[in-house]
Amino acid sequence: MLVELKVNGRKHKIDIEPEEQLVDTLRKIGNLSVKRGCDTGCCGLCSVWIDKNPTLSCATLTVRAINKEITTIEGLSKEAEEFAKVLIAEGAEQCGFCSPGFIMTVLAMKNELENPTEEEIVHYLSGNLCRCTGYMGQLRAIKTYMGVK
Amino acid sequence: MFTVMEMIQPTTVEEAYEILTKRKNNHVIGGSAWLRMGSKRIGSAVELSQLDLDYIKEDKNYVEIGAMTTFRSLETSKVLSDNFGKIIKDSVKYIIGVQFRNVVTIGGTIFSKFGFSDLIVALLALDTQVELVGCGRMSLQDFLNKGYEKDLLTKVYIKKNNNKASYKSLRNAQSDYALLNVAVSNNEGNVKIYVGARPQIGTLALKASEFLSNNELTEENIEIAANMVSEEVVFGTNLKATKEYRTLMSKVLVKRALMEVK
Repeated sequence: MLVELKVNGRKHKIDIEPEEQLVDTLRKIGNLSVKRGCDTGCCGLCSVWIDKNPTLSCATLTVRAINKEITTIEGLSKEAEEFAKVLIAEGAEQCGFCSPGFIMTVLAMKNELENPTEEEIVHYLSGNLCRCTGYMGQLRAIKTYMGVK
Repeated sequence: MFTVMEMIQPTTVEEAYEILTKRKNNHVIGGSAWLRMGSKRIGSAVELSQLDLDYIKEDKNYVEIGAMTTFRSLETSKVLSDNFGKIIKDSVKYIIGVQFRNVVTIGGTIFSKFGFSDLIVALLALDTQVELVGCGRMSLQDFLNKGYEKDLLTKVYIKKNNNKASYKSLRNAQSDYALLNVAVSNNEGNVKIYVGARPQIGTLALKASEFLSNNELTEENIEIAANMVSEEVVFGTNLKATKEYRTLMSKVLVKRALMEVK
């Protein structure tokens, strides 16, 4: 079926399977930062924004995103780069496989929560798994990036 | 993963219901987070996101929630927290992560009658009704008791009746499925205690609820009621927990929840 999607501000007409998940459609049109991880909705690797809400693209049917604004990290390169520098400075980046999904969630949190507590940060990010870092470096980086007192 | 022959996005509820009931293998797509874990073969999939069913609004007597409202919207809704305190937020906030809760919907959860559901138990403790296109409006409890019938759930109503309510759950890890959950409410002395993830769907602990409704909500009576719950509610064993463990832990959760609605 032919659908029209708005991804990172650009409209795309694309032929999809009826049951196609958004992660696959986004990759088809070149958004390769979006990765399929656990494929059960638990790891957060495939996180994108739909109307600015962080959403699992592996658990969202592409048709559900019609008439919505889809954002991937390719559309937020300036903000992502800024946060990535803080991640590196805090030693919070290792293999990097989870980073696109993780960064998308952190940027969404920045829009949604003002001066969050450590508990709120941990809760907001509980849907993003990282097998390398042990999370403490990431937590330091988020606090620095968001200017948490 | 399920497969679909044809994906239809109706723009009216009537159209959606007509397509749904046309053939046996036509199926509603809600959040689809659970559906995608199986291998169902669907003829015409009726996808509801163009029906404007993603809303939470209130009038004088009820809060009305559209079937496509996500768990994240329930968690962050001021209308819900102003009217019912933190019971709804508490029941959904540990379900995987924010991104998952932006996918799953209230309609999909209720219509599927999941035994492990956290939200259903919380809604049972409040005065909740559901509206279906075919069967009309009925209490959530009646809907859960009713056998499966192909229908389209469009709205959920929660009565504003100044219930004090509380939700508690037990999980092996914070974002895991609940291995037991409890919701209680106190409407001017009329106490209701529901237990879910037994692992079967939430059920009313009738004797314990009646006992507390007829007696003062003291610490001593709460202890007696918690013991009654563990005796009257039927628990079972699955991969998450044994029947014995659930039976013992139900006393703890019921006691903690009741202490919050004293």
